[in-house]
Amino acid sequence: MNEILVLAEHRHGELREITFEMVSKANQLAKTIGAQVSVIILGKEVNRFAEVLAKKANRVVLIEDERLEFYNSETYERVLYHLISERKPYLILIGHTAMGMDFAPSLATKLNIPISTDCIGIEFDSGNFILTRQIYGGKVNAKVSFNKESPYMITVRAGAFPMQEDLLTVGEIQSVPSPLKDEALARRFIQYVEAAAGEVDITQADILVSVGRGIKDAENIPLVKELADSLGATLACSRPVVDKKWLPKERQVGTSGKTVKPKVYIAIGISGAFQHVAAIKGAGTIIAINKDPKAPIFNVAHYGIVGDLFKVVPVIKDKIKELKQK
Amino acid sequence: MNIIVCVKRVPETSEADIFIDRSEKDIDKSGLTFDLNEWDSYAIEEAISLKEKLGGTVTVISMGGEESNETLRKCLAMGADEAIRLNDPSFEGSDGYATAKVLAEAIRKIPYDLIITGAQAEDDSYGQVGVTLAELLKIPHAALVNRLEIKGKIVRVHRELEGGLEEVLEIDLPAVLTIQTGINEPRYVSIMGIRKVAKKEIKVLGRSDLNLKPEDVGILGSNIRLEKVFLPPSGEGATILEGKPEEVALRFLEILREKGGVS
Repeated sequence: MNEILVLAEHRHGELREITFEMVSKANQLAKTIGAQVSVIILGKEVNRFAEVLAKKANRVVLIEDERLEFYNSETYERVLYHLISERKPYLILIGHTAMGMDFAPSLATKLNIPISTDCIGIEFDSGNFILTRQIYGGKVNAKVSFNKESPYMITVRAGAFPMQEDLLTVGEIQSVPSPLKDEALARRFIQYVEAAAGEVDITQADILVSVGRGIKDAENIPLVKELADSLGATLACSRPVVDKKWLPKERQVGTSGKTVKPKVYIAIGISGAFQHVAAIKGAGTIIAINKDPKAPIFNVAHYGIVGDLFKVVPVIKDKIKELKQK
Repeated sequence: MNIIVCVKRVPETSEADIFIDRSEKDIDKSGLTFDLNEWDSYAIEEAISLKEKLGGTVTVISMGGEESNETLRKCLAMGADEAIRLNDPSFEGSDGYATAKVLAEAIRKIPYDLIITGAQAEDDSYGQVGVTLAELLKIPHAALVNRLEIKGKIVRVHRELEGGLEEVLEIDLPAVLTIQTGINEPRYVSIMGIRKVAKKEIKVLGRSDLNLKPEDVGILGSNIRLEKVFLPPSGEGATILEGKPEEVALRFLEILREKGGVS
């Protein structure tokens, strides 16, 4: 039997969206390939996830072990090495997430199977996978194929494939004993910590004025801060601004920062990397100001101003002042 | 503490106009400027500041042609002690896996306590070399590290997860850590600083020095094959506000009033 394995991802007692996105894509591929979809769940007391996912796939493979309560690359790799060696699937899908990026490449190496990371497109054509990846910061796409035989491993970008709600099956739940033994681990989970906590909660704002790499220097931040203040908006930013310590982490919009849903999101000097764009999908209206007309932010924005922010923003500020005086 | 850092020279594309070259296998790189991969600049800074605190050496390794000397010299100027360049015609076309194999063979020849890489490269964005390298060397690893502290034979790290969350781990050394941007503030090096290390020897190793077979590297040794590259289709796109600056500003404020209720 041809089998597609999908690794479920969960954290803090919740299945992460990437799981459903991968299952949807796997179901679609399974039809073309003539395969069955099995979802693997590793964890401690995670039977409730199995019940949810059994409605969406042919089968759930459930491995419960208290040593799997928190993700650890070492335990995950040991369990999955065992499982994949035994089942010899045609394809394995894993999220290109903070979890998948941390262990999929080493697992593939251990299994001596080919891996293609961070894929945003998966097509199957006359016996071959053609995968789409983004390179050069999302400015260019690449089509790649595998150089070796199956099993294949693909890591999938979060948000690249839509979740399909309609598929309802009655998949079986297969409980498999954990292959973990009481061996010492060279890597040990300690705890989770919240890094982005602070005084300002940008997720509650109706209007966000958000600033990116285009602001060029810490000393230019007041320019956008003043614009935000005059509009009664909250100041936010993209990753490079936090990396350079120009604004604190609590202001960061993006997959590694906050996901926001304001009525209006004003992106100033933000090119629109996918990690940023994924976190503003829920915004009512997006207005982008950027000097590069090809910046990806203009693909998701509703309105755009193509121009140098250092020229555009002062004119807007003057206009606000003028209107207030009237 | 002996630290090895793997770095890459990449074209600066974030603000450049990009064109696909005639082979349709890469972009046209003429006219682009090159620099140290952004993630790697944080990786090298982390290694050098560890060395300054704990003593030891920093060895920087890069796979690439002679032009990569410039990148390695920048790392030497930042404070690295040794530089090694891995170069062979057969390395051409290596994917993340084949690159990790080449790096692993070079690293086996050097004593180390810690290996640091950037979490990913700006150009091909595989995000897999560091983690693959750890498996080839059979040592533990952690990816997307945004804080680290050495405690004797153990390193305590924070891994950046989604949604502003971090995972705290302890890992036995030697280990591979892949570094996320923002972990530190990479030091600035002046042209003068780079000139000072211009004479410093950069050791070059080829395929035979590393006991690798032709089928281990390049396209043959890779997991994946590049079929073609192309510019992504643009979406429906934004309605662009046009006109004189004052008109654009006014229209912007009108939209804000309609959509956001700003008075």
